[in-house]
Amino acid sequence: MSFLKKSPWILHYAATSCNGCDIEVLACLTPLYDVERFGIINTGNPKHADILMVTGSVNEESRKVLENLYAQMPDPKAVIAIGACALSGGIFRDAYNVYAGIDQVIPVDVYVPGCAARPESIIDGVVQALGILEERGKQRKRQRKVALS
Amino acid sequence: MSYETLALAAAFIVLGPLVGGLLAGIDRRLTARMQSRQGPPILQPFYDVLKLFEKDTTIVTSLQTLYVWCFLFFMVISGVILYLGGDLLISLFALTVSGIFLVLTAESTNSPYSKIGSARELVLMMAYEPMLIMVPLGFFLVAGSFRAADIAAGDPSQVIQLLGVLIGFLFILTIKLRKSPFDLSSSHHGHQELVKGLTTDITGSDLALVEIGHWYENVILLGWLYLFFAPLGVLWALPIALVLFFAEVLVDNTNARLKWGTTVKASWWVAGLFGVTNLLVLPFI
Ligand code: SF4
Repeated sequence: MSFLKKSPWILHYAATSCNGCDIEVLACLTPLYDVERFGIINTGNPKHADILMVTGSVNEESRKVLENLYAQMPDPKAVIAIGACALSGGIFRDAYNVYAGIDQVIPVDVYVPGCAARPESIIDGVVQALGILEERGKQRKRQRKVALS
Repeated sequence: MSYETLALAAAFIVLGPLVGGLLAGIDRRLTARMQSRQGPPILQPFYDVLKLFEKDTTIVTSLQTLYVWCFLFFMVISGVILYLGGDLLISLFALTVSGIFLVLTAESTNSPYSKIGSARELVLMMAYEPMLIMVPLGFFLVAGSFRAADIAAGDPSQVIQLLGVLIGFLFILTIKLRKSPFDLSSSHHGHQELVKGLTTDITGSDLALVEIGHWYENVILLGWLYLFFAPLGVLWALPIALVLFFAEVLVDNTNARLKWGTTVKASWWVAGLFGVTNLLVLPFI
């Protein structure tokens, strides 16, 4: 039995979003949606996080930060892209300094569409990421065993 | 050391974290209810710690792990001494040494957040230590012994005689439990200016050990609180201690964080006003 599913800690990074999606992410923590019911905690620390949530389009400035945050998260980990901007660059796609989606910078596991993405779909995205996280956890365990033997 | 003592010590080592984890779970549930949320399952702290053991542990410096183990070791020693009815002063010293090792853990890394966390933790220690040392002193003046067993078998009126010390202890309990308004060095909630303060650079199984250490600490502090009421008998003492313990959740939810200067001043004032005064007037009551 894997406990990764029961206690996913989340790191939220806004890579130059318009803040629309960020507000929806934060709405998940409010009494109405209360994601702590599922053991989900919004931690501000990449070293404690299991799931990285990214909102907004990445540009040359935020790319380094995003890569750094991703690298600092210990395995097993998963990434969720939230909102049109994070998925494809959204309305900023044609801007000269914007990447067309954060999956050009770091590997993404779950895509949550919407502008802004609704809290329900964000929670749904996290639930899907949990399955991936569990699979990664098992994989990691096997890798550790191989490394030991 | 008899077999019985060894068995009791083993029982504490096993049961301590179980009770501590449950206390933490109830704490989180109560907090959620106060914010009109449903809150996590009561067993959530156990899930968290078991998950942390499944994660990779990134080591910044290998000293870190050693320090974390020392933190846990002295915490357990402190608890064993207390719950076997041993000397309160020795238990207090072990508790302090354990606290110092946690500061060393945070200090050994390069993260500025961790460094500020450890610096603030030292300030907090400075703030609560005078009051904390007055607790065994007060017990000694009333019960004539530093041993927890003798204090528990003391006179039921000791809680009245030590009322000032009790108030002072409740005040610093907020600091010890890392609750608002005194959660300067680290907090249960992310997204603060310190990231996670003390534990910023501690990950995976090391972080799990720190959590388990905090569970032991909660049980030890509850034990101290219980000692005040112990002569009244378990049926009275335990509920009172638990209610006072969880009253800290209310304090946590109704206060904003203070600055370190205010924290030190406030706790020294309380220590002087309630603790020292109580000890001074003790011969007359
Ligand atoms: S997807 Fe829409 S709401 Fe979200 S950050 Fe982009 S523009 Fe804002």
